[in-house]
Amino acid sequence: MPRTEIRIAGFGGQGVVLAGVLLGTAAILRDDKHAIQTQSYGAAARGGAARSDVIISDEKIMYPQVTAPDIMAAFTTEALNKYKDELKKGATLIIDEDLVTPPEDSSFKIYRVPATSIASNELGKGIVANMVMLGFLSALTGIVSLEALEETIRANVPKGTEELNLTAFRKGVERAQEVK
Amino acid sequence: MKNERVLTGRHFMQGNIACAEGALAAGCSFMAGYPITPATEIAERLASRLPALRDEDGVFIQMEDEISSLAAVIGASWTGKKAMTATSGPGISLMQEHIGYAVGTETPCVIVDVQRGGPTTGIPSVELQGDTVQVRRGSHGEYQIIALAPSSPQELFDHTILAFNYAELYRTPVFVLSDAFIGHMREEVVIPEPEDIEIVTRIIPEAGFNSETDQGFLSENVAPMPIFGRGFKSHVTSSCHTETGKRNVTDAFALDNFIRKLDAKISKHRDEIIMVEDNTQDADIAIMSYGGVYRAACEAAGVARKEGIRTGTFRPITVWPFPDREIAEMSKRVKAILVMENNLGQLVPYVKAEASCPVHFIAPEILGTLHDVGSVVSKLKEIA
Repeated sequence: MPRTEIRIAGFGGQGVVLAGVLLGTAAILRDDKHAIQTQSYGAAARGGAARSDVIISDEKIMYPQVTAPDIMAAFTTEALNKYKDELKKGATLIIDEDLVTPPEDSSFKIYRVPATSIASNELGKGIVANMVMLGFLSALTGIVSLEALEETIRANVPKGTEELNLTAFRKGVERAQEVK
Repeated sequence: MKNERVLTGRHFMQGNIACAEGALAAGCSFMAGYPITPATEIAERLASRLPALRDEDGVFIQMEDEISSLAAVIGASWTGKKAMTATSGPGISLMQEHIGYAVGTETPCVIVDVQRGGPTTGIPSVELQGDTVQVRRGSHGEYQIIALAPSSPQELFDHTILAFNYAELYRTPVFVLSDAFIGHMREEVVIPEPEDIEIVTRIIPEAGFNSETDQGFLSENVAPMPIFGRGFKSHVTSSCHTETGKRNVTDAFALDNFIRKLDAKISKHRDEIIMVEDNTQDADIAIMSYGGVYRAACEAAGVARKEGIRTGTFRPITVWPFPDREIAEMSKRVKAILVMENNLGQLVPYVKAEASCPVHFIAPEILGTLHDVGSVVSKLKEIA
């Protein structure tokens, strides 16, 4: 796989950083690829703009900053508007349709997933919307193997929440398989 | 969290965590600190790891500020512990008095500076190479400093071990010059088996040491450290002193000896301390950079080469002592040097002083971000 840049953006507390960390962990520890994860967030722990960037590649990655994402997952309209001009032409853009107004721009491949309502209504925990998104993004793009991610989620989420997180992840995977 | 010192294996690890793990692998058993973004994860990690170490009395203390943090580190070091603190630029500003104290009393310690945007409180979570010169010259008086500049989480692990080794070997404070970008970046970190990690521990006097007559200070080849609690009865003072630690604050020749011996302890061993990575053997233009910026320099050199400009990279791994001879030597081979720093040119005057070829400089278009490769390549075309 050539260098692939992924950006997950929303606000603090939505788990965008964790989603990026899990992607990177799965890529290096289970799929034997190279990965870098970086992040940017404001001074406030929750509610401010937050962004998690991941680069995955078969080759060693020298330049560590994401400059033109191939894939972006947006959890807020604000994040989408802030970053959409940086996206690569023809990039895959995934939006949480519960929270994000879809852009009119047709130069992206736009996918919608109701991550927040699946997490809140079907699982009773809005907090796992990031896992729904992670499942959707991974199944849609094949950037990291689903087995690798399942193992990584199991090993890295807080004890006692493994099944909740994995169920949310699988819901996202199912959605992606429907739209693919 | 595991209670082993060395977490052997492959990890997808944040730079700050890798730094903390490097400290543990090096034998650190004491950290004192005060929380500050973007360095806090180092303290958090060691606050949980040090007290949990199996069969050891690892200690973490959160102090009331950065001034007292370094004071506690110096005290711990004099009891024989490998000790460290971690902070960012504003904390380094506060620590300057005690940095000089550690130099003057020949106290081994490691100070990690995870640099952020300044001056003053600036922006906590944005990186800047703002402290390059501050760590060298921030305390008053005439002295030498050792500083390492890692460019990845792996190097944050490796260089923190090196920093402890240098501190112990030369009885001096050593800086790890990190920044918000590599401190918060996650990447693959491989931690070796404990027996494959080279560890240096300070030499202490042999039994029968007489503090009245035997040398515990001011040796160009590093005097054994008469640490507390072993009956050495040594006098430790930051004021000008003699080879036995006796205070002399009246004679200029004592001051001259005090300064020159401390200086020689580092400068005489500069060949063993200084490390550079020089990939300019067949280059017309050398890009000089350090820390995280080095990664953008490598990328730019690769692109420039494809466009026909023979570009190589030169990188001080130890920014201090400054690799003056290495730069002078390299400048005879190349036609020009382009210095890349994430600031407005802190090392440029030092490079110019040594180079026999023209020296150019490029800052990132937006300070606090990594250089845009296209802009660097355009600059290289201009120079070529």
